[in-house]
Amino acid sequence: MKLVAVTACPTGIAHTYMAAEALEQAAKDAGHQISVETQGAAGAVPLTAAQIADADAVIFAVDVEVRGRDRFAGKPTVEAPVKKAISGSVELLARAEEAIRQAGPAGAPAAAPATGGADGAPAPVNAPSGGGSSAARFGTHLRQWMMTGVSYMIPFVAAGGILIALAFMFGGAEVAMKVNGGVFQGHTYPGVTDLSKLIDQAGYAGVLFKIGSTAFSMLVPVLAGFIAYAMADRQGLVPGIVSGLLASAIGAGFLGGLVGGLLAGALVLGLTRYKPPRAIAGIMPVVVIPLVSTLIMGVLMLVVIGEPIAAAQRGLTDWLGSLTGTNAILLGALLGLMMAFDLGGPVNKVAYTFGVGSLASGELKVMAAVMAAGMVPPIAMALSTVVRPRLFNDGERKAGEAAWLLGASFITEGAIPFAAADPLRVLPSLMAGSATTGALSMAFGATSRAPHGGLWVIGLIGRPGLYLLAIVAGVLVAAACVIGAKQLGRGGVTDRAEDEAPAAAAAAAAETDGAPAAGPAVSHEALVS
Amino acid sequence: MSDLITPDFVDLDLVAADRHEAAFSLASRLADDGRVTDLAGFLADVRAREEQMPTGIEGGIGIPHARSAHVTEPTLAFGRSAAGIDFRAEDGPADLVFLIAAPAGGDTDHLTILASLARRLVHASFRQALRDATDPQTVVDLVNKEVLGR
Repeated sequence: MKLVAVTACPTGIAHTYMAAEALEQAAKDAGHQISVETQGAAGAVPLTAAQIADADAVIFAVDVEVRGRDRFAGKPTVEAPVKKAISGSVELLARAEEAIRQAGPAGAPAAAPATGGADGAPAPVNAPSGGGSSAARFGTHLRQWMMTGVSYMIPFVAAGGILIALAFMFGGAEVAMKVNGGVFQGHTYPGVTDLSKLIDQAGYAGVLFKIGSTAFSMLVPVLAGFIAYAMADRQGLVPGIVSGLLASAIGAGFLGGLVGGLLAGALVLGLTRYKPPRAIAGIMPVVVIPLVSTLIMGVLMLVVIGEPIAAAQRGLTDWLGSLTGTNAILLGALLGLMMAFDLGGPVNKVAYTFGVGSLASGELKVMAAVMAAGMVPPIAMALSTVVRPRLFNDGERKAGEAAWLLGASFITEGAIPFAAADPLRVLPSLMAGSATTGALSMAFGATSRAPHGGLWVIGLIGRPGLYLLAIVAGVLVAAACVIGAKQLGRGGVTDRAEDEAPAAAAAAAAETDGAPAAGPAVSHEALVS
Repeated sequence: MSDLITPDFVDLDLVAADRHEAAFSLASRLADDGRVTDLAGFLADVRAREEQMPTGIEGGIGIPHARSAHVTEPTLAFGRSAAGIDFRAEDGPADLVFLIAAPAGGDTDHLTILASLARRLVHASFRQALRDATDPQTVVDLVNKEVLGR
């Protein structure tokens, strides 16, 4: 048989090449042909499209995510830890043979349309990891899946976030209301319902805003879709993206998308394990799996998750309302915690809406605290990537470059790429920083007459000097917490080649734009709606 | 380019209680030579890699390794342990230990040499020759011949 293989390990100087050599030896001994792409530190010589097209099966001997996995879509695939290829290369070849045999009758007729038909290859047989064990291994996988989703999301964050920031710079805080409707400084804007009148009603800043918020609206769907894709290949894409769209629709934010994407991927993996009768085996990949997985995920997101989130939001809103008149500093800290809790998700929106509501009733301090707290997360992450670059992978460092601008523009979502990749360390740290800023802003008595715009509307801020001080203090707290948590949890600043893999995927995905990655944000429902 | 390995980096009677001690013993030889500038820092990098996934592989091999800012040039240290050292391979302790030190920003030429070294480790004949070696110079010659072709 003809095979192609990819080998990759965390450091990329030893096991990657040992596995390649072992596979080549075993194939030679058994009279098979194999071409191996070593994705190691010395750089990979990529397999040619012809080599991949000719191959009967693919072997992934990897401890990190395969770069450019989609090149192999539709091929019978065997996946194993890299060490398995070194000590058990013969067994891996046997598994590849088995995968070809299984895929042959079931997938061959149906897969051609499903995979674009270029190679007429059989459907994928996903046979993840033969060896390795348990929780640690699952943890590694989980991180790879989330990083894959994040790496595809980062260009959306960068492009959309910077466009929105530019819109605020040129159009002021009212640009959001001009496009989406709302009240600003006593003037009621109807919003643009007919896009052909966009320039007339909102100007070119409005156009920038509209394009940016459209790119932003894809953030959670792309995150969820490509998490599912990393888990279950292209069959995961539909239920993943639909889960993400519905997470946005029900206001579940990026955390909802994260969970939706993981569930969608797991569901598709489960469905592909099911061996159907011959009669319907042919339509499994094209019809049955996308249909069933999307239906189940859709119902789950809309019916099971949607209502509890809405109820929780109502409860939180009522509770915040009942706090009016209590200690202002505590209220500021609480709003800060909420702003950073899910970076544009349901809890963030409750806090933001509370701020806008206070603004409408003439209480300007709450809005100032909310906006200041919402600016902290992206700026803190940007600062962290500069102070301790080795704690972050390449994609994250690029996201950090754009996060400065997004944070300054009150686009809290700029921190999402960092939070989605490592939520347990990043989110609590950001919450500490935002709470500090929220409390200080209230303590200083800073005010804001603008619901959007960040530093670009500093002219509408009361006590701007102290306001900036509150933001800087929160940024320092959050960045210190992020750096501390990452160093504690990861045991130091080792250069982690494994993290480079998704970064490379991001670079590949974004190869045409070359834009720095950024985190988007729009903590404001107005932007995404 | 200086030598990948010298007789000073070979210990044919390596004694160590565990894999971390083995890495320490071999890395100390590199530190004495100046190729590792910060022994503790380098060992922390090796340990981080080791904890990610132990580097023992079947056939009695342990390959503690790291790309580290504390390394000046790509270097191999080799230790042979009669008692065996547990590198968490499935089939038991390792008697051949290869400590690979690569600079963090190593250029492609250097890394290519390490890659061909790693490829040689898979071959049973290479391993056997290392087990049969009677003095450090033999090991150095063997590596130079097999890996660098000279």
